[in-house]
Amino acid sequence: MDCVVTGGNVKVLAKAIHSLSRIGEELYLEPVEDGLALRSVNSSRSAFACFLLSPLFFQRYQAASDQSFRCKMPIKSVQAVFKSLASLDRSVEKCRIQLNSEKSRLTITLHCKHGLLKTHNLSFQDCESLQAVFDKESCANVLQAQPRLMVDTVLHFPPSLDEVNLSVSSDRVWLRNHVEDDADSLRAMMTELCLSSEEFDHFAVGTQTSVTFCLKELRGLLVFAESSGLPVSMYFDEPGSPVILSVTDSVLEANFVLATLSEDSHPKNHVNSDTKHPDTEQPPDDFMSDDMDSFLIAMETSELPGPSHAPASPPRPSNNRKHSFSEEEALAEGPPNKKFCSLFFGSVLPTSSQLPNQTMQSQEVLASDSEDENQTETS
Amino acid sequence: MPLSTQSQADIDQYILIASLDNARNLSNILKAISFRDHAIFSATQNGLKVTVEDSKCLQANAFIQADIFQEYIIKEDTVGFQVNLTVLLDCLTIFGGSTVPGVCTALRMCYNGYGYPLTLFLEEGGVVTVCKINTQEPEEPIDFDFCSTNVTNKVILQSDSLKEAFSELDMTSEVLQITMSPSHPYFRLSTFGNSGNAHYDYPKDSDMMELFQCTKIQTNRYKMSLLKPSTKALALSCKVSVRTDSRGFLSLQYLVRNDDGQICFVEYYCCPDEEVEEE
Repeated sequence: MDCVVTGGNVKVLAKAIHSLSRIGEELYLEPVEDGLALRSVNSSRSAFACFLLSPLFFQRYQAASDQSFRCKMPIKSVQAVFKSLASLDRSVEKCRIQLNSEKSRLTITLHCKHGLLKTHNLSFQDCESLQAVFDKESCANVLQAQPRLMVDTVLHFPPSLDEVNLSVSSDRVWLRNHVEDDADSLRAMMTELCLSSEEFDHFAVGTQTSVTFCLKELRGLLVFAESSGLPVSMYFDEPGSPVILSVTDSVLEANFVLATLSEDSHPKNHVNSDTKHPDTEQPPDDFMSDDMDSFLIAMETSELPGPSHAPASPPRPSNNRKHSFSEEEALAEGPPNKKFCSLFFGSVLPTSSQLPNQTMQSQEVLASDSEDENQTETS
Repeated sequence: MPLSTQSQADIDQYILIASLDNARNLSNILKAISFRDHAIFSATQNGLKVTVEDSKCLQANAFIQADIFQEYIIKEDTVGFQVNLTVLLDCLTIFGGSTVPGVCTALRMCYNGYGYPLTLFLEEGGVVTVCKINTQEPEEPIDFDFCSTNVTNKVILQSDSLKEAFSELDMTSEVLQITMSPSHPYFRLSTFGNSGNAHYDYPKDSDMMELFQCTKIQTNRYKMSLLKPSTKALALSCKVSVRTDSRGFLSLQYLVRNDDGQICFVEYYCCPDEEVEEE
């Protein structure tokens, strides 16, 4: 394997790696004909990210002669190669990634200004191909927005916030922080943002939906998207199906696949107490003409704007996926990770209805890191 | 200025008086060698030399020439004492570290001689502070016996390029290996850490390389923990000279410009790590 990246793409590569570091602790590297795939997954397998850099991204791209070369290494080691991110484009002229198979080292060489040459020989581990199974095209809902819009939106949520709820109707999108039912509603701060469909570059909503996913992992993609200026696309279905965030241009494609809470455990999270049910009416149009007062008044009464949170979606084949908990557990306490974890398995394992052609060969080996301490939550 | 209101009798008893309009011209350079608590001060007609050592393997010296001082009076050939450098630095920066332009701390450093404390008169904005720091019997600094006739390889680099390399060094590596050679790789810094090894190569024709005089290929390893403090001196400097002698001892000399643009020197001497088996 021998790839050369030059100019501004070195910084893009570095940013992609930094972005992946927000997901998991290890970087999976796989050079294929289509390009170089850089992937990462979190310890509970509820978030997966993949950057595919096409051969055109490189000045020279030569995939491994041994077609099935793939490896993984601690992502911190690779980040250390691209340490001074801010000055990368000023100092680095060329970056070369080569596989040194005799010594089992991945060599990353940075040709810098003033003739300085930085060579990093990183050790790696052989691994199975890491690939989450997902299909963007089959998602009922698709949104696309400029990264600035998304960054400005998530800015309103505290950095410590784990999960966020995204609800869509035919012409509106709501983003709320997700609060567990048992949290003290007096102390919890609720933040809700409403965006009109006009703010999006593309807005295609099949059915009114509400999904909850982890915000922390999303931020990783947003940082990358903002620096690249590329629009972010979101693909999602009903709760339980993963949400896929995607950034694409002619030479790269990034996909972040995040598990969502399933319907069964979907708690109500509104400003008012949980005994009140959300109103299914659409908010008054006054709100859309920026009349905050009427919106606030509407909030204080029991008439809450927002789509229903108990959609009676017809049973679909995908509901046959395994859920490791029953409805009694819906309101039970437990680390959110556990709920996400089982859902993601559901989306990873191909169901006969969805992807009949998918073979089992490219399945991620879930038990591969038996010595990894972080694997405690996988079932 | 309040400092000059000392009586002539007071001044007569001192065997060393050194004054600066800007105490930072002393404190900044001392910070570059402050990796240990104790420092050996050695004053001569030429100026002040401050030495700090670590485990008999590393020695750092800061040189502040007599002409840097606004006033420099020495009544003996050499004056030597040892003080707690941390305490001294705390006193020199007693008025806080503010860098408001035009406002600086003035210093008069006085020493009566053996057994007496080191007296510091510090003034800023009309406020005077007097500090007396106990002195100790100065230890004999190690003589690394590093003389220029024994130097096998020498390079002078602009500090900027080395600063970047040092800030990126893999700290999980126990050693820093320095290779100097008349042929490729010319000047190489290597680390051997948990994730693998890394090499930083500076070619001899790089525009950051001001001088390149290497006679034979030499590779030496030095403990990272010993060299780490030198990054403070590197940060202050604009040029650095790297020399190794036939025994593999390392000499790093840093050219530092103070606030007033005057030149001072800091040097580090380091013993090679004994466990070098391979080249």
